[in-house]
Amino acid sequence: MKKVFNTSIDLLPRHIPSGMSRRSFLKRFGGGVVIAVALSDFDILEGAVEQQYPSDLNAYLKIGEDGRVYGYTGKIEMGQGVNTSLAQMLAEELDVKLGDVTMIMGDTDLCPYDRGTFGSLTTRVFGPAMRSAAAEARIILLQMASESLGKPIASLDVSNGIVYEKANKQNNISYAELTKGSGIVKSLKEKPRLKTPSEFKLIGKSTRRTDGRAKVTGKALYAGDIRLQGMVYAKILRPPSHDSKLVSADTSAANSSGAVQLIREGDFIAVLHEDPEIAEKYLSKIEAKYETPDSGLNENTIFDHLVRSAPEGNVLEEGGDLERGGMESDEIFEEEYLDGYVAHAPMEPHTALATMEGRRMKVWASTQTPFRLKSNIAEALKMKEEDVQVMQVFLGGGFGGKSSNGQALEAARLAKLSGKPVMVAWTRREEFFYDSYRPAAVARLKSGCGKNGVITLWDYGVYFAGQRGARHFYDIPNHRTVAYNTRWTAPGVHPFATGAWRAPSNNTNTFARESQINRMAAKIGMDPLRFRLNNLKDERMIRTLKAAAEKFGWKEITAPSGRGFGIACGVDAGSYVAMMAQVDVEKSSGKVKVNRVVLAQDMGLVINPQGATIQAEGCVMMGLGYALSEDIQFSGGKIHNRNFDSYQLPKFSWTPKIEVVLLDLPHEPAQGGGEPAIICMGALIGNAIYDAVGARLNQMPMTPERILEAM
Amino acid sequence: MMESIQFKLNNKNRKITIDPDRTLLWVLRNDFNLTGTKYGCGMGHCGSCTVLVDDKPVRSCMVTADFIEDKSVVTIEGLGTPEKMHPVQKAFVEHDALQCGYCTPGMIMTATGFLQEHSGPSRDEIVDAMEENLCRCGAHPRIIDAIQSASKEI
Ligand code: FES
Ligand code: FES
Repeated sequence: MKKVFNTSIDLLPRHIPSGMSRRSFLKRFGGGVVIAVALSDFDILEGAVEQQYPSDLNAYLKIGEDGRVYGYTGKIEMGQGVNTSLAQMLAEELDVKLGDVTMIMGDTDLCPYDRGTFGSLTTRVFGPAMRSAAAEARIILLQMASESLGKPIASLDVSNGIVYEKANKQNNISYAELTKGSGIVKSLKEKPRLKTPSEFKLIGKSTRRTDGRAKVTGKALYAGDIRLQGMVYAKILRPPSHDSKLVSADTSAANSSGAVQLIREGDFIAVLHEDPEIAEKYLSKIEAKYETPDSGLNENTIFDHLVRSAPEGNVLEEGGDLERGGMESDEIFEEEYLDGYVAHAPMEPHTALATMEGRRMKVWASTQTPFRLKSNIAEALKMKEEDVQVMQVFLGGGFGGKSSNGQALEAARLAKLSGKPVMVAWTRREEFFYDSYRPAAVARLKSGCGKNGVITLWDYGVYFAGQRGARHFYDIPNHRTVAYNTRWTAPGVHPFATGAWRAPSNNTNTFARESQINRMAAKIGMDPLRFRLNNLKDERMIRTLKAAAEKFGWKEITAPSGRGFGIACGVDAGSYVAMMAQVDVEKSSGKVKVNRVVLAQDMGLVINPQGATIQAEGCVMMGLGYALSEDIQFSGGKIHNRNFDSYQLPKFSWTPKIEVVLLDLPHEPAQGGGEPAIICMGALIGNAIYDAVGARLNQMPMTPERILEAM
Repeated sequence: MMESIQFKLNNKNRKITIDPDRTLLWVLRNDFNLTGTKYGCGMGHCGSCTVLVDDKPVRSCMVTADFIEDKSVVTIEGLGTPEKMHPVQKAFVEHDALQCGYCTPGMIMTATGFLQEHSGPSRDEIVDAMEENLCRCGAHPRIIDAIQSASKEI
């Protein structure tokens, strides 16, 4: 099979901060090296770019005088549980108690530069860097202890941060006594080896979230919870539509009231007051007139528009001869799959508090990309990067949506203009308007197979979803995969902003691929699991499918069997996922009830099995939404769904029985865990609906109306 | 127009002078710095802002300050502390029934109000009681389990 890698594709925004701050950081931590992490071809193509992390272990950890160990990472915690799994890795390699570790996250003054928290890269790429730093620190601390205790290193061991003589445990010294609150000045010429699975005490052990107590008692601080002396809320004038132009704005009522502070720079108009409701009240007194063109685009016409606007295709992979493939096929399938715009809708809307302290700007923001935000603020406000600090906070969900930081730029701008600490907390209405939606997309797929169940042809073209997950993993002799627009953004094509949405691109691509596979299997009367295994050589996928089948108790079906069995599999962020489900469809209403979902995942070494399981469960629940109900309705740049009454998130009554099987592969490198399990949800449910009632849906979300129509 | 309002907040008597039309959510968050009560939608759709008023779950974004006159309000901070958690809080921690934690205070307050009135609820009754609280992270299965196990402690 010939693989064509197009090297010119645009990967994730590769933001390197400008010289100054990076240099000053490296000066502090002394030089940087690339932590060598093996990313697969899939990853490289799909946007996971290796990142330079500093080589000095002091960039990652500090031992306090009281023995507390501080771990530093530019990653943020948004629910995915990396404050726990990173602490596990740090404590494991350093041999300290998990409870003695505090993670300092996303503070741009204190933490090593990081491109951002996305792509399920924290565990697999930052994790090894942090482990390596901790392992090095442990050896140096042992050397220091050896000098201090007057015993050779070989006679010493360490447990819970205390180095002791094996023959005489009373002869000991703690890390805190060795370092006395300062950094570790030595370094090793060669990085020490990491612990192996047989030595693990913490890695691989299910661990409860370390932030649970703070979060259940209201003590965990999110951006909107920070309080500063004299802070005000800003309410900002918003257009009715993304394509609106402000014609005039009469601000006299707000201005003359004396009750609020009004700030205007061109079209940017904000009202400031310490009470957000008063700010809102005066904002509503501004009489603004807009001109809004009618582009004629809406949730129905968008798909033709996308195909018409498509750039030249990017061949991601091809092999064999498509024409011959067509001739060798007994059955040919030509299908078009559609996917609408979907909102991130984190429960915490975008929020930021910014304040000037002398010449420095401090910002507490719900952001997945604190370092990029720092650069963006410096650039927008013509400040030096080193004068901007983004602080640590918890995020109330992100899912890719908080990689865009509009609210924080607004807060920073207003803080500078007003000289006051300014909180910009988007309302749900604003959140639904300024979200960077998962792009609507079209996927066209022509495939063929023999009556014997061998796939002979695969010709796939995907428009505007992006390329992650576009390439198939089946063993197909004649095939081609083309991405028309390789990314999830396409300025000027979509009527509003689009962006990365949990496992970007892959949800749409997997929906098309795995629906088509079942369609082919059904046509030739073969069980869809058998059909997959028939066309797979990839051992990882075979093993993952079999693990799911065993847990599920898969019984062979010829769909539609009436049983409501669904199956789908895929690859994302280095992990393999296979899923099976059972659903009921109410024939009178078209309503779907997903009763059971089984999910098998090969994610290599699992740091925290419970955390990984919870991420997988979350993927199932969130995936129910894009599969069944979530869809943005719009007219041009005007969004019609502005709150949860018109945008249906999954609810408690939708909760299926979810069973997660994590393959036990402790010797394999750790892979991504926050996103992979969500990619199968569309095809999984679509295939189950077909098996239940014989209705095949090519468009998500699969609403009751669409199901009734297809029946 | 300002009015004087008396009420109980997390078991302490309070008297404040306030514009009675202000929304309870912002009074709690800004005047009392009780930021555990979260804004999620501002329209009563999500439940993030739920507090107990006279032991009943109330969406604090949907009521004004005058509503609490002579009543007793409990927020997540008043339910328990990290050192001394309420059984529902404890059950959420034990079941890892949260991810980002933003919906969590509202979930816990809703569940607490429900459990005070219903002993030994079935799974379906719990789902019914929680149905209008939204969680984007998908912590639902564990929230249901946590409430079920907390129901045995109350
Ligand atoms: S913020 Fe009150 S119900 Fe959503
Ligand atoms: S835990 Fe994040 S919204 Fe529920």
